[in-house]
Amino acid sequence: MGLNLAHRPHEPSKGAGVAVGDFSSPPLPWHQRFNWLGVAMFGPAVLYIVAIIGVPLVLAFLYAFGNVRVGTVGYEFVGLANFRSILQSHAFRQSLANSLIFTVCSQVLVIIGSSILALALKDKFRGRGLVRFLILLPWVAPISLGAIGWKWILDSLYSVINWVLIYFHLVNQFTPPMWLGDPALAMLSVILVETWRLLPFSTVILLAGLTAIPKEIPEAAQVDGAGFWRTLFQITMPMMLPIVSVAVLFGVIFTFTDMTVVYILTRGGPYDSTQVLPSLAFFTGVLGGDLAAGSAISLFLVPVLVVVAILMLRMAHRAEVGS
Amino acid sequence: MIARLTHRFGSTIARALTVVVFCILLAFPFYWMFITTFKQSPDLYDLQNNPFIFNAKPTLSHLQYLFDQTHFVRWGLNTAMVGILVTIITLLLAVPAAYALTRLTGRWGSRLGIGIFLTYLVPPTLLFIPLSRIVAELGLQNTLWSLVVVYPSFTVPFSVWLLMGFFKSIPRDLEDAAMVDGLSRFGAFLKLVVPISTSGILTVVIFTFTLVGQEFVYALTFISSDSNQMLQVGVPIFLVRGDVYYWGSLMAACLIASVPIAIVYNLFLDRFIAGFTVGAVK
Repeated sequence: MGLNLAHRPHEPSKGAGVAVGDFSSPPLPWHQRFNWLGVAMFGPAVLYIVAIIGVPLVLAFLYAFGNVRVGTVGYEFVGLANFRSILQSHAFRQSLANSLIFTVCSQVLVIIGSSILALALKDKFRGRGLVRFLILLPWVAPISLGAIGWKWILDSLYSVINWVLIYFHLVNQFTPPMWLGDPALAMLSVILVETWRLLPFSTVILLAGLTAIPKEIPEAAQVDGAGFWRTLFQITMPMMLPIVSVAVLFGVIFTFTDMTVVYILTRGGPYDSTQVLPSLAFFTGVLGGDLAAGSAISLFLVPVLVVVAILMLRMAHRAEVGS
Repeated sequence: MIARLTHRFGSTIARALTVVVFCILLAFPFYWMFITTFKQSPDLYDLQNNPFIFNAKPTLSHLQYLFDQTHFVRWGLNTAMVGILVTIITLLLAVPAAYALTRLTGRWGSRLGIGIFLTYLVPPTLLFIPLSRIVAELGLQNTLWSLVVVYPSFTVPFSVWLLMGFFKSIPRDLEDAAMVDGLSRFGAFLKLVVPISTSGILTVVIFTFTLVGQEFVYALTFISSDSNQMLQVGVPIFLVRGDVYYWGSLMAACLIASVPIAIVYNLFLDRFIAGFTVGAVK
């Protein structure tokens, strides 16, 4: 029978379906209790993940506390020196602030927008399939290609938005807004493009939550005299809270760690005014070859990731207990 | 009664209006890619023209340029090849792992499953610096093999998670019956579970392909030469010569690369969402 110790063919009525990891069965010697087949089946996947995620993750920490550059060999521990030097750089402090603004603003917009859209899409109507296809486009198209589409829409000379604004005499023909050239407008642009990108994802997640609420509950509330807004705020929204948190947690991760939108639209410019932590890490560590400083910069992503992971674990645990 | 009817009518209109406005906002860039693709350059770059319509006859010249003068087709083939190889690796690793975690290892299975899912949250932008050095050490820099090796790091965790949800819905009795009939546990997995899970496995194939087609950071980091590039990096980076943007062909490339992925993705959307919402929706 080889590795297959989980299955004992001589006692099929009881033993066959019971995994040996299940400790309610009578105690066995450890090598029989240990499930070799199970390990053989999930072992390769776990090893692969450890090799391609675990090892680089450890290396990122090592680099950040060492003096590693492209072309150098050997490793010397330098303590917090890398962190001290990046904290003194203006570009880093700007990027840290930008990352927070970028993430918070786009997530607030995403949640407001997707809640409205999900409520509007909740009931079936004719053409819902087509509407769903159109709404999902920003999420399903490769982000780098969507972003380059926006780069054309926001072009300094041929921007269609500016054409409309000039046509309606809302802006001066000779000094139209430079969407990607002015620091404040550039920040606004990258936030809005990120919002555009994540809104569909959040909408479908919220829709999944809305359709899971039993219809009778809001209806009963309405029979009892609660109006649309009261039903929305006191019934629907509290029931939606878990699913909204799922959308927000994923959204925060996707936004905070993304550099594609910024890289394509502005390369972090003008003058680092749209630089975020991931793009700065890319410019410093990959293009600049300063692996140590680049890793130190990207380690500033970790606290947010840890908080999100803990919140997700809690939700998973609650779901496990509740079911 | 009348008040209620007008109220309902009003809310229907408000709803329709909301949906239309969002559709326009979200889909506009793709309409814009479409119209730019077929416009003649003089029409495209004339500020006096109304940009929303064709002021001159539509043209196929941008598409021609894209297919004849650039590596667009090559990039497409590169993406397809990486997609196929990553899919094979993902299936070989994720299908047995997901099955083992749902069935064989009891309570630890779901914990380990959550652990694997959490690794999906570790972003490329945290790992790309060490990985670029590992890739160089392995002699894989500037080859598509670097992506074949690295991409399973995000396709495997997500696929394991999706498949776990899928395997949980297969009744245990089925396997027990097969095992009473003399199949081993692994035999039951190969001959019974895998065949009836075709649709779950197909979902994994589709999502591996779309994730491979959407990834930007690793491809940008590891691959430097024009001809070895993936579609999603080649188009926005290498179609730009110096500071000159060939907007017509650029938008054509975006459109051609986006729409097929979008259509396929749409067909499998519900399963994908189920992967994200497991636990929060019951």
